[in-house]
Amino acid sequence: MKIATRLAAFCLTLGLSTPLWAQSLAYVSNERDHTISVIDMATLEVVDTFPVGQRPRGILLSPDESLLYVCASDDDTVQVVDLATRKVIDTLPSGEDPEQFALHPNGRHLYIANEDDALVTVLDVETKRVLAQIEVGIEPEGMGVSHDGRWAVNTSETSNMLHWINTETFEIEKNIVIGSRPRHVEFTRDDALLWASAEIGGTVHIIDVESLEEIHTIDFRIPGVNQDRVQPVGIQLTSDGRYAFVALGPANHIAVVDAQTFEVLDYLLVGARVWQVALSPDEKTLLTTNGVSGDVSVIDVDKLEVIKSIDVGRFPWGVKITSGTQS
Amino acid sequence: MKPIMKESPLSRCLAGGVFLATCLLAPLAQADTLEVRFGYLQWQPDRGPALARLTPEPEDAGLQGAQLAISDNLSTGRFLGQHYQLESAILGSEDALLEALAAMLDADIELIVLNVPATTLRKASEIGGERALLFNAGARDVSLRLDECSPYLLHTVPSHAMLTDALAQWLNVRRWRSVFLISGTTDDDRAWAEAFRRSAQKFALNVVTDKEWTFEADMRRNASAELPLFTQGPDYDVVVVADERNDFGDFVPFNTWLPRPVVGTQGMAPDAWHPAIEAWGAAQLQNRFAKQAERDMTSTDYAAWAAIRAVGEAVTRTGSDDMQTLRDYLLGDDFELAAFKGRPLSFRDWNGQLRQPVPLAHPNSLVAMAPFEGFLHQHTELDTLGYDRPESRCRLTD
Repeated sequence: MKIATRLAAFCLTLGLSTPLWAQSLAYVSNERDHTISVIDMATLEVVDTFPVGQRPRGILLSPDESLLYVCASDDDTVQVVDLATRKVIDTLPSGEDPEQFALHPNGRHLYIANEDDALVTVLDVETKRVLAQIEVGIEPEGMGVSHDGRWAVNTSETSNMLHWINTETFEIEKNIVIGSRPRHVEFTRDDALLWASAEIGGTVHIIDVESLEEIHTIDFRIPGVNQDRVQPVGIQLTSDGRYAFVALGPANHIAVVDAQTFEVLDYLLVGARVWQVALSPDEKTLLTTNGVSGDVSVIDVDKLEVIKSIDVGRFPWGVKITSGTQS
Repeated sequence: MKPIMKESPLSRCLAGGVFLATCLLAPLAQADTLEVRFGYLQWQPDRGPALARLTPEPEDAGLQGAQLAISDNLSTGRFLGQHYQLESAILGSEDALLEALAAMLDADIELIVLNVPATTLRKASEIGGERALLFNAGARDVSLRLDECSPYLLHTVPSHAMLTDALAQWLNVRRWRSVFLISGTTDDDRAWAEAFRRSAQKFALNVVTDKEWTFEADMRRNASAELPLFTQGPDYDVVVVADERNDFGDFVPFNTWLPRPVVGTQGMAPDAWHPAIEAWGAAQLQNRFAKQAERDMTSTDYAAWAAIRAVGEAVTRTGSDDMQTLRDYLLGDDFELAAFKGRPLSFRDWNGQLRQPVPLAHPNSLVAMAPFEGFLHQHTELDTLGYDRPESRCRLTD
């Protein structure tokens, strides 16, 4: 670590325009500032802020980490940002009010939840053709695609459902009712389980992918925090199957869950109204976006401690971290 | 887990990618489809001529909310083999309304939303008995929640006490504790003012002046002359107006003797809903509503919407269309409604009141959402608004 720092300092003193290795960077969408903040994961400081379309919420990296896809909700488009220049180079026809999306492992099929229209739009990002529009419940929000590419799952916030979309036929094969206002879904690395958060229900639901049945519901109780403030949204799972991190919204805490026993191990205090979470590719660091306090909390995954908060723009929403090894 | 009726004609229809409108016309009355029928009845007496005339309540306030909730329920129900219907009428008199109610009961409609004054609601509730579950979307009277509860009457519109508690909490938070209270002379105005006096005591406010507005003058000409004189008196932090039919209240702001803010039924007002609410996903509800009704959503629309959505939620969770089952579920611990106010809503099991946050808003903007941090409650902060269990003599579920 020290050597790396010295080397970085050395590069800086030499005035090299590009470092010898690519940096790991975090991108944070600021919903009310219409910008993306760029955080250097080595120094944990904001190194740049660049403008995008109106009301950016969900963001995604292309598999090679060269592009950032941004749901510009109020512009009714998905924007494509070239991360080398940090300029919007293209827009995709996303349908109205895109909020969250997920990219199929083929790198081409983008599944977009159109919140106002009760639709999921499937878009080919290369040809920019809309491949399908699938009718789902009211206020589609969360989107997830399994790692094996078989399932796309959409949550509908007011219909309280998980819609299981077959990615070959683009048809819904199963609807599962879970807790109120489902927000976010995350597949385990082996695609055996799906984790789904229910914001108003205050719960996280574990679905067995093989049988498409719910096998467990996780409740959260934080001493001193009123139960109706516990509103789970973002979820991240470590790839070793050890931890799940669940953002609890206005409860201002991240729940650390044992991903095997589903037992809540700890609650970590972060900023106000914590929305989304992202793990660094080495899974040593977790970032959280705190909508109301306008900052990002940094969690050390080994120690399970909050080590820093970083000011970003107004109402930070989505967050994604590059590995820094791809470009 | 509830069984999912995977092979309903609707889900097949949707899976086939057919457009929604066609799907809704598809044969729905099949054996595996639940048919849930709602009634909506409205009669509100003419409130007499008012001086302020810019913002009258839309004539279909309530009905449009009910219609939107039906379409929300349908969007969910189509995946589960559940279908929803609405029969509605806006009546011209109390007698006509009670007749329409009797006709609905005879047609075995067991879930009925009523947008009527309290006196009519009492009669309707007697006629309904145990044959139908009624939802009050129009009457804010405290007595209906305090000592005259009917076991088959739920309230989705907040009571006067909930609204004035929300306002008084906020005044306490702002430390604007000295109040100049002006009340109109209608029964509604007096009820609102009475509720406020109780809230003032509950949240440590001091009503330094308490006056009734009885003037007959034409305010559009004379407001600037009359109101400064009327609002002279010992110093106060804020003017609270109780003018439910919007007769004189809109003329109070900027015409007070002291330079003080005006809150209450005018100025910054507590109510069930406001077009400026956009957080907690509310923007989507407002958009859906505006697209359907071509106007903003009112509190009455919200109350009617919440009633039908609450039942829709209960149908989804119980898989039943039996009125008794739905009533028990709605009043039970498991029920919660995601209703765009940042917290789950549920029914108070002692008096059937939907507990809910109360927005405080002025005409173009949301100021705050009650309850506020620091007002503690052993069960839910939402019960700091309105009459709590020990204060009410009602026990619906005992």
